[in-house]
Amino acid sequence: MFSGFPLFPEQASTLALGVDGLYFFLVLVTAFFFVAISAALLFFSVKYRRRSPHEWPAEIHGSLMLELAWSIVPFLICVVIFAWGAILFFSMNRPPDNAIEVSVVGKRWMWKLQHMTGQREINELHIPVGRAVKLTLTSEDVIHSFFVPAFRVKKDAVPGRYNVMWFQATKPGRYHLFCAEYCGTQHSRMIGEIIAMEPADFQTWIQGGPAPESPVAAGQKLFAELNCITCHRADSQGRGPVLDGLAGSTVKLLGGGTAVADDTYLRESILVPAAKIVDGYQPIMPTYQGQVSEEGVLHLLAYIQSLKGQAGAAGAAGGNK
Amino acid sequence: MSAVVAAREPQLPKEHYLNADYGVRSWLFTIDHKRIALLYLASVTFMFFLGGMYAAAIRLELVTPPGDMFSSETYNKLFTGHGVLMVFFFLIPTIPGVLGNFLIPLMIGAKDLAFPRINLLSWYCYMAGAGFVLYALVEGGLDTGWTFYTPYSTSFSNTNVILAGVGIFFAGFSSILTGLNFIVTIHKMRAPGLTWFRLPLFVWAHYATSLIQILGTPVIAVTILLVALERGFHFGFFDPARGGDPILFQHLFWFYSHPAVYIMILPAMGVISELVACFSRKKIFGYGFVAGSSLAIAVLGFLVWAHHMFVSGLSVYASLIFSAISFLVAIPSAIKVFNWTATLYRGSVSWQTPMLYAVGFIGLFVIGGLTGLFLAALGLDVHVTDTYFIVAHFHYVMVGSVVMAYMGGLHFWWPKITGRHYPEWWARVSAVIIFVGFNLTFFPQFILGYLGMPRRYHYYPDEFQVLNVMSSAGASILAVGYMIPMVYFAWSMRYGRIATANPWPATGLEWQTASPPPTENFAVTPTVDEEVYDYTRPPKEPTFV
Ligand code: HEC
Ligand SMILES: [Cu+2]
Ligand SMILES: [Cu+2]
Repeated sequence: MFSGFPLFPEQASTLALGVDGLYFFLVLVTAFFFVAISAALLFFSVKYRRRSPHEWPAEIHGSLMLELAWSIVPFLICVVIFAWGAILFFSMNRPPDNAIEVSVVGKRWMWKLQHMTGQREINELHIPVGRAVKLTLTSEDVIHSFFVPAFRVKKDAVPGRYNVMWFQATKPGRYHLFCAEYCGTQHSRMIGEIIAMEPADFQTWIQGGPAPESPVAAGQKLFAELNCITCHRADSQGRGPVLDGLAGSTVKLLGGGTAVADDTYLRESILVPAAKIVDGYQPIMPTYQGQVSEEGVLHLLAYIQSLKGQAGAAGAAGGNK
Repeated sequence: MSAVVAAREPQLPKEHYLNADYGVRSWLFTIDHKRIALLYLASVTFMFFLGGMYAAAIRLELVTPPGDMFSSETYNKLFTGHGVLMVFFFLIPTIPGVLGNFLIPLMIGAKDLAFPRINLLSWYCYMAGAGFVLYALVEGGLDTGWTFYTPYSTSFSNTNVILAGVGIFFAGFSSILTGLNFIVTIHKMRAPGLTWFRLPLFVWAHYATSLIQILGTPVIAVTILLVALERGFHFGFFDPARGGDPILFQHLFWFYSHPAVYIMILPAMGVISELVACFSRKKIFGYGFVAGSSLAIAVLGFLVWAHHMFVSGLSVYASLIFSAISFLVAIPSAIKVFNWTATLYRGSVSWQTPMLYAVGFIGLFVIGGLTGLFLAALGLDVHVTDTYFIVAHFHYVMVGSVVMAYMGGLHFWWPKITGRHYPEWWARVSAVIIFVGFNLTFFPQFILGYLGMPRRYHYYPDEFQVLNVMSSAGASILAVGYMIPMVYFAWSMRYGRIATANPWPATGLEWQTASPPPTENFAVTPTVDEEVYDYTRPPKEPTFV
């Protein structure tokens, strides 16, 4: 894939072009100032070289105009770079709505991935070209970082929270996947491959093999197995809040605060229920820390998210009586 | 004694701080700032070469893609040891500990620092810290990286985290005490007539540095304490399973460790100002702006820490603010570079070794500083952070700039410190070797980083090999460049040509007393009646000898 003496990684995502553009601009700025300063230094030191040890040149008083000029010009250049970088960053942090979703769990020293259709992969991710892919990342142990140089994207997988990243491959190929955050002994072996395929090939790939259980279905099963269902019932008669429509809504908390029910909140509600108590309920929910794997939690979340609006408008108040 | 500079061969003064007393005790219990500076010189040089050996091992291993020289455990301990030794025991303490200690009292016309005993205590804190860390490195090592990220350092690593933490804790106190001492000294002990705007920029830079040291260092001390408590007693500050947050550690760590970068670079900038002025025979262009920019950097430097965390899941809006302020902190650095360059204009420029280092510094700092903009730019940082691009960037700033400035300063003040000259030809040769070796080592790493090679990688894909081999080749040249000065400095202490009180000649009170100075620095209390860096006429004959 790489040959000879490359200076740039392959450009294989919709984001890569923009990042490289800013990179080239900065390389130019750096080269310009480096050359300008070096040339000035060399020119002055030749032109004004000391010809006799008894030279005592007259003093030049500073110049306010110059000081202002070389403060304001760099400032303006910085504003441009800042804005450019910020715009790129915004698009990196806004996954398109129609993205394919994949969940990623980092674990020393491997990447465990699962498609929303249920296919599991380890250290490999098959994706279709031309479709946005959204990853939800977390970790079972220490911090890792999911880095695909050809796509110019990277995001940390942090234990205890969910980070999101997305990309859209532009050409088929196999691309490096690196762990970029030091995670212990085998950090440099925590690598893998992103395999971007033509959409038709991807369809064949994803339909090959026996149909796996989807995360939503797995979550529903877990929900029953772990007896969540005894307290969280669909009909608001349970001892716990109704979970229909909860995901993404704003929850009133005991003591007056509110919280947005994003992935990290839902996760905490399951593993450390005592951290935030929903207003109007008793803190009776047991902790599930240590009883559900990271993948299990992701399945439960997928299930809870799938409950969106099933119970109609009443569900939207999820958690409030 | 005042007519020393006559045509006759210069002679060493009969009595000076070096021969005032003899024996190990006279060094280990000295409260003379100049001798303490030499204690630092010996200890930081040792740490530098030790850290350098770790670097050599790393570069050797990286010549080939597979990890074939060391196990991964060992490799991880190597880069951790390299980072910890170089950052906490060389880069942070060196210029303040050696040059600052030696020169600040001399430059302001004082007999010593405000608290000579605390100054000695600083050195003992440093040594105690070094002792703990060396023990930790020898007895099993440390594999967390110098950044100690949680939860790896608190719950997963089974190396000497607490021991090394204690060492850094002590080194931190050394840094705090030195900063405190400098601030009080600069406020209270300036010679009559030495107003703030007559202070050499070296003193301004150390003043700004000291502010960071006393405001920032306590935070790292507390952070290390938290890590130790979590590791030893499972408190749960950073452990998500106990409701803690591993990202909190990164906020605390960088709140100190970003400003720490300025603890390293500001004194270096102070040195460069002295060198550029002396070897262009010009007052630093825009003196007030250069002085003020040190303070601006010290203040703004505290507000940018989260630029190390743009891919950690920080909110987009917080990222925007930290990115913006990071760009702002670039401006005062740019101001300095432009003013140094303008100082040469219509000067009388001579290219002795210190000036070679100064010009080398400026060139490398331009690259180091501007590549910082790549990292402050949010969308670009995402790609390059945690890769070799970062490694290259901070080595341009830390090694390219700080070490260059330190070497330049050491050569410049060597005649003052020892009373003897270093051999000029060898010094120029090794300055050029260092410059070439440095660029060959670190420039390829920018490209490696953009190609996507992550930092701290023991194994790497084959296509990165060519650049890694170049980098390792450069490192071997760099090593030679650093060995030569070791040899000739040692040689010159005995055999070097004897220096006059003001050999370059230069302005500044430190050149107005004998080389080497007497224990009490000046025979008579100096008074100052001229402006700073007045190179419009020959500096006056040393008057306070
Ligand atoms: C013993 C009854 C009980 C069981 C069993 C139980 N919960 Fe709960 N749950 C509660 C109560 C009561 C609350 C509200 C108080 C609080 O926030 O802790 C709650 C709150 C929650 C919330 C936050 C709801 C909101 O509106 O913000 C989530 C999500 C949740 N539970 C999921 C689960 C899951 C998943 C399981 C099974 C793994 C489970 N619960 C098992 C009683 C229970
Ligand atoms: Cu890793
Ligand atoms: Cu920083």
